[in-house]
Amino acid sequence: MRAVKKKEEIYKALVEIVGREYVSDRKEDLYIYSRDPGLAEAHEPDFVVLPKTVEEVQRIVRMANKERIPVVPVGASLSLSGLTVPYKGGIVIDLRRMDRIIEVNRRSRYAVIEAGVTQGKLKAYLEENFPDLCHSLPEAPPSATVVGNLVIHGQGHLAQQYGFNSSMVTGLEVVLPNGDVCRIGSCALGPYWFSLEPFPIPAGLFLGWFGATGIITKAGIRLYPKKKLRDVEVFIVEDPNLVPEVIYRVTHTEMAEDVTTSAQPYPPMYQGIIMIQVYITGDVEEELEFKRKLIWRSLKDVIDSKEGGFMALTPDVRGTLLEEPIPTLTRFADVLRGGGFVYCGAIIPVEKFPDALKRLFEIAERHQVTFAHSGRVIGRGHCMMFAFAYPFNREDAEGMERTKRALHDSYVATLEIGGIPWKPEPSVQRTVIERMDKGVAELLKRIRSLLDPNGIMSTANWSVEL
Amino acid sequence: MSTSLADIHRCFRCGWCKLPTNFVDYNCPPYVRFKFESYSPGGRLWLIRAWLKGELGWSERLAEVLFSCVGCRNCAESCKMRFKDEVMDWIVVARSIAVEEGLVPPKVRDFLENIARYGNPWGLPRVQRMAWASRVKKYDGDEYLLYLGCESCYPERGREMAKNVIAVLEAAGVSFGVLGNEEECDGNEAYMLGELGLFQELASRNATKFKELGVKKVLTVSPHAYNSMKRYPERGFEVLHFTQLLHELVQRGKLVLSSVRYKVAYHDPCFLGRYNRIYLEPRRVLQSIERLRLVEMRRSKENAFCCGGGGGNFVFDLLHGPEGPARVRVREALETGAEVLAVACPICKCMLDDAVKDEGLEGKIEVKDLAEIVLDAMK
Repeated sequence: MRAVKKKEEIYKALVEIVGREYVSDRKEDLYIYSRDPGLAEAHEPDFVVLPKTVEEVQRIVRMANKERIPVVPVGASLSLSGLTVPYKGGIVIDLRRMDRIIEVNRRSRYAVIEAGVTQGKLKAYLEENFPDLCHSLPEAPPSATVVGNLVIHGQGHLAQQYGFNSSMVTGLEVVLPNGDVCRIGSCALGPYWFSLEPFPIPAGLFLGWFGATGIITKAGIRLYPKKKLRDVEVFIVEDPNLVPEVIYRVTHTEMAEDVTTSAQPYPPMYQGIIMIQVYITGDVEEELEFKRKLIWRSLKDVIDSKEGGFMALTPDVRGTLLEEPIPTLTRFADVLRGGGFVYCGAIIPVEKFPDALKRLFEIAERHQVTFAHSGRVIGRGHCMMFAFAYPFNREDAEGMERTKRALHDSYVATLEIGGIPWKPEPSVQRTVIERMDKGVAELLKRIRSLLDPNGIMSTANWSVEL
Repeated sequence: MSTSLADIHRCFRCGWCKLPTNFVDYNCPPYVRFKFESYSPGGRLWLIRAWLKGELGWSERLAEVLFSCVGCRNCAESCKMRFKDEVMDWIVVARSIAVEEGLVPPKVRDFLENIARYGNPWGLPRVQRMAWASRVKKYDGDEYLLYLGCESCYPERGREMAKNVIAVLEAAGVSFGVLGNEEECDGNEAYMLGELGLFQELASRNATKFKELGVKKVLTVSPHAYNSMKRYPERGFEVLHFTQLLHELVQRGKLVLSSVRYKVAYHDPCFLGRYNRIYLEPRRVLQSIERLRLVEMRRSKENAFCCGGGGGNFVFDLLHGPEGPARVRVREALETGAEVLAVACPICKCMLDDAVKDEGLEGKIEVKDLAEIVLDAMK
């Protein structure tokens, strides 16, 4: 009875903050916000709330902190690994009403956006208003949020040139677990959002934390020159051991914008080969041709030895590869006509590519699951994201169980080959904490306790307890 | 309809469907209005599946989620999956189950019952249908049967549009006639709301009547009627939307247009655009008018943002409010600097005209139908 009364009071308090239309405790909304499109177990929140302003976020968090109610901030909930599942119930804060593109500073090449701005909206806005600028667009659906991608250390099409998207942050506005708000970077001193440095960088207290230390409500991100022309070459090899060398040579030329990898068993024409997609850009044809030549030259002896070669692309295939984002990755969810896929994104040294691919084949064979690999080079071959990806059919419970086991084994394989699971599900986060250097694990724990002594924020993430 | 819900689990809820193909902003009217994931196309499909699997019971909220979809088809346009063309059918089939089980919300039930009993969704007397058009020639073997539809017969702004179309046709010397109070509802909204039996009944009655009268060509004022009649199973007649005929008349020199001095943004109706790919003809008509400056909104053609009136919502209006699609749309039109928001659908005309008033934009932007603009250019 007391709990019911308390719940009513919290509901009223939320209505007071954001208005009745933007609070829900209805079972249909709780159902949808209890799960993401992956395989994580569903857990219902008690409330879903949609704030419009940072002040509203502050008031919600202050109230939650006072009442010690768990809070889970969400963007588009597309991590596929249950990062936004409210495992302990509480309040889901859907940030997508906060969707203003506040500023684009053309000369200093940065944008300031609210947390709910989608990848698609920012891309479209830049194309319309600043056609010579772009941001690093990931292959997530365009409905994914830009800030959500920063929070998980996502990677986009400029990763090979400039690294993780989170390293392109120029400023943050964060609501802390006690409801205070702080601005990090040059925006802490003045109106400009151009740089995090040369301060100490507290942005790291929030990036990669999956919402466990605070709620990012605004972000400044770097923009980059958008070239007028873009093309892709696909280099194919049969021997996975050649892939690190091919990537090394291509990245050495510094001519590529983006370098991605893929391997899949179907359709049969792709069986047994590994594709390395090399994207090049330029403002004029000569620039494109120059880059193409240098890349071809860097791989000449591999081509001459017939161990690899560039693939002739039909206009359809080329067109698909040049779409931004590439929809075929989303379509992977329909491979089994089943509406789902999950993947373990492994951040690995490039030299571990052959090992990772071997493990993927073994895991798929062991669990009798369909699979595919896609990957992206980060930095000049400093590391890569290697996805062990598995489609599943929502109507096939047994198949979903096998997929879960394959996913679990993929996380284990990632750790065994010396990689780091990217945005792993909470149970794997705990395994990572257990395996990591004890000093760092303790440091993370202390940071978390310091920022969130009542333990209300995204409680399942980066915590040893569920 | 051959579609079943056996494949509804194939929706991944990836969210491409929330946006237009150029990504500029959310483009699903109920999602824009409510912003809960539950009201997005994927959320709706997941809730339908949960309901059919017994994970969720029927409720007022679920009914609102299901029936607030205006059937604009943006989701199918933007979906990247192979089943994209089935998405709207899944919604219709789910609604048909709700209809069969007597679960539809009262406003929707009244809408459908009124069509069944009175031939229009407002439950107004049949004798009022075209009483206002008593001077218009009754169909008698003319080249075209001008089909007005409920939305052009009953609401004031819809009637205005019908009168404008009639005036243009008369001025161009087109041979046409109307059915008067014998006209029946075309059934488009009955279909979209899942009352498939009622749709079939109306389709059959209309097709039979047209056959008896020897109708070869039906000219519709409303894109909803145009779309519906294209769907009639035994269609022994050609269907045209009036904008197609206006375009033809301009091309053939039957309509001589001089000039108007306003800046126009054209709003694509969903049932003309995304459903039937008619984008060019209305624009060509506008472009044929001297000094008229045609501008495009950020969301146009296949990416047009719906006025929110489809699927019966022009009557029961589940999406009203400042973030309702019609109000969002007129604000978007205003951003282009347009003085006139051109429409080719009586439902759009009613919805957007109301939205202009709700937004306090009278005097800044005016909603005019295409025939009205043509008449302005004929003065």
